[in-house]
Amino acid sequence: MVRVRSYDPISNNDVQPLAITAYALVNALGDGHRASLDALRNGRSGLTPWQSDSDPLTTWYGLVDGLDEPIVGELAPYDCRNNRLARRAIHCDGFAERVDKARQHWGAERIGVFVGTSTAGILTTETAYRSRQGSELPDFRFRETHNIYSVADYTRQELKLAGPAQAVSTACSSSAKVFAAARRFIDAGLCDAAVVGGVDSLCYSTLYGFNSLELISADPCRPWDVERNGISLGEAGGFALLERDSDSAVRLAGYGESSDAYHMSTPHPEGAGALAAMTDALQRAHLDPAAIDYINLHGTATPANDRAEDCAVSRLFGNQVSCSSTKGWTGHTLGAAGITEAIFTLLALENAFLPATLNCRQLDPALNLNVLQTPREASLRYAMSNSFGFGGNNCSLIFERRAG
Amino acid sequence: MKVYLRALGVVAPGLAGWSQAATVLRGEAPYRPEPLPRYQPAMLPPNERRRTTATIKLALQAASEAMTGNGEKSPAAVFASADGDLEIADRLCSALALPGRPVSPTHFHNSVHNAPAGYWSIGSGSNGASTSLSTWHGSFAAGLLEAASTCVVEQCPTLLVAYDHPAPPPLDRFCPTQAPFAVALVLTAEPSADAMSRLRIATTRNEETRLSGDLEGLRQGNPAARALPLLSAIACGDSRTVTLPYLDDLMVEVQCAL
Repeated sequence: MVRVRSYDPISNNDVQPLAITAYALVNALGDGHRASLDALRNGRSGLTPWQSDSDPLTTWYGLVDGLDEPIVGELAPYDCRNNRLARRAIHCDGFAERVDKARQHWGAERIGVFVGTSTAGILTTETAYRSRQGSELPDFRFRETHNIYSVADYTRQELKLAGPAQAVSTACSSSAKVFAAARRFIDAGLCDAAVVGGVDSLCYSTLYGFNSLELISADPCRPWDVERNGISLGEAGGFALLERDSDSAVRLAGYGESSDAYHMSTPHPEGAGALAAMTDALQRAHLDPAAIDYINLHGTATPANDRAEDCAVSRLFGNQVSCSSTKGWTGHTLGAAGITEAIFTLLALENAFLPATLNCRQLDPALNLNVLQTPREASLRYAMSNSFGFGGNNCSLIFERRAG
Repeated sequence: MKVYLRALGVVAPGLAGWSQAATVLRGEAPYRPEPLPRYQPAMLPPNERRRTTATIKLALQAASEAMTGNGEKSPAAVFASADGDLEIADRLCSALALPGRPVSPTHFHNSVHNAPAGYWSIGSGSNGASTSLSTWHGSFAAGLLEAASTCVVEQCPTLLVAYDHPAPPPLDRFCPTQAPFAVALVLTAEPSADAMSRLRIATTRNEETRLSGDLEGLRQGNPAARALPLLSAIACGDSRTVTLPYLDDLMVEVQCAL
C-alpha cells in the first residue's frame, strides 16, 4: 500500500474545508434529492431500453422525461434540450431560492459560475445538419446552444449572477473539475461564493461516437461484474452552491487533478493518473487513505476502465474501503457525471447510506476492491468521488460531513 | 493576483512565432498576414501525429514554442478556446446525417474540447493538472484568470494556451473566426531571472483596449487574438495596463510591468 506523504502546504497552510450550502440534481431517477435517494435505496434503475425508429441502436439509456417545455422570455434564444435540463436542475431542491439568499448576502458580482459539459447543445446542430436541404444549414442559435459556454451563460443569467464564469469541458471529468476551479477562484479572492455544476443531455454524437469505439453495452451497464462489456449513456444536470466562511452539514475537503499523458481514449492500464489525482486530493484534505469511509467510483463498466481504476484505488487504499459505482442507475452522464456522483456522495454522507453497485451480479475475480453489491447503512465522515475522462483527464473530490 | 510571465508562443498569419510577432507589435515591421506553414507536432509519436487536426496542430505549435527551453517539466495546463474544433464538429454532424451514421472513432475522440490538452500531455509527458474551458469570445481572458489563479493558489508554474481556428462551411456562417490564432504563456508565481513581465490581473468593468489598423482586424477576427493588446504591451516592454474582454458584463484588467 502506498503511504501518502503528509501534506506539505506551500501557499496556504490554513485552508479550511469549503461549505456546500445547497445542491440539486435531475437525472433519469427523477427530480431532486428525494427521487435519487429513494431509487438508490430501492434498487430502481433509471435506465430504459433505447427506442428510436430512425436510430435502431441496441442499448439502454438514462433518459430525463418531460423536457418538452421551451425556454421563453428573455432567455428564449438559449432554448435547447441541454439548457432545459439546466433549468430543471436549477429549480429543484430549493436551489434557486438558496442562491437568491447568497446573492443578497455576497452581491451578484461576488458569486462565480462554473459549469461542466462535454457536448452542451450540439443536438441543435445535429438536427440542423439532418434537416438541411443543399449545402446551407437552416438558421439556428449557435452561440446560445452548441457553444460549450452556452450552459454556463444560461445558468448565470437564470440565477441573475454577475461574477466570474466559465464552462469547463474536459470530457467526463468536467463537472468534477468545477469544484477545483471554484475553490481556486475563491482562494484567489475573485469571488466569495460559487455555483458549480454540470449538464449533459442526449445527443447522437456521443451515442454513435461511443458506439464507434465499441464501448456501448447492449444491456444495462454492469460495473465491476465479470461479464461487464461497456457503458450505458444517460443525461443529467446538477448544481451545488459553495460559500466561504459559512456553515453547512457537508463540505468540500479536497480535490486532486492529474493527466494520464498516455492515450486519448484509453486509460493508463495501471491507473497512474487516477492514483495521482486521488493522492493529490488526500494531500489537499490533509488526510491519510484510512480516513476515507466510502468511494463513489468512476466505474463506467468498460473492461479497461474498471480494471485501471481498481488497480489505482486498491494500490492507494487496499481492498477494505467500501466502494460503489452508481452508473447502473443513471447511465454514464459524461460531462454531468462529476456533479451527479458528487451529489450522490453528499447524499451518502448526509443520510448515512452507501449505495450498492447496481447490475454487478458476479464480481470480477480479477479485481480487488470491496465493491458493494447490496446497499449499506453506515455513518460516514469522509467520502471520495472519482471522475476520469477522455484525454486522460482525472479529478478526485473529497467531501466531509461536519462532525457533531 | 500577481504572476510572472516566463515564456511566450504565438502562431498567426504574419505572426509566426514570438520573435516575429514582437517585431510587428513594436511597429518595427509592417504586419503582413501570410499563410501559415503546415505545422507538424514533432512532440507526438507518428500514430498520434496522424490523428491531429488543424486546430490541434495550431494549439500544439504555440504550446511548444512557449515550453521550449524554459526548464518547466510538468506545469499545470489551461487550454482556452471559444469554439473548440469546428472541423470535427462538422464531420461528426455530417456523418450523423448519413444513413447508418458512420461516425469515425478518431473524429469522436478528437471532438472533446480537451483534445488539444490531451495530445499536449501525451506529447510532452506532462501529467500535471489540466483544464479546458470556454467563455465564448472572452475565452482568452477566462483562461488567463484560470491560469493565474492556479499559479497563485497551487504555487505551480502554469501553461496557458488559447487558440481558435476558422470553421469550415457551413458552420462558418455561425462562427465568424477569420484567421487561425494561438497564443501560449508560461506563468510562474515567483520571479525568475528570465521573467519577461510581471502581470497584475483583476476583473474590471472598464472598456476593452483596442489596437489600430490591421492588428485590430486580427484582434476582432479571432477570440484567441483578444490577447493582442497584452502581447503588444509585453513586446514594447513598457509598463502599461490593458483591458481584455471576458464576459458580456465583465472585463479582465492586466497591469504589465518589467
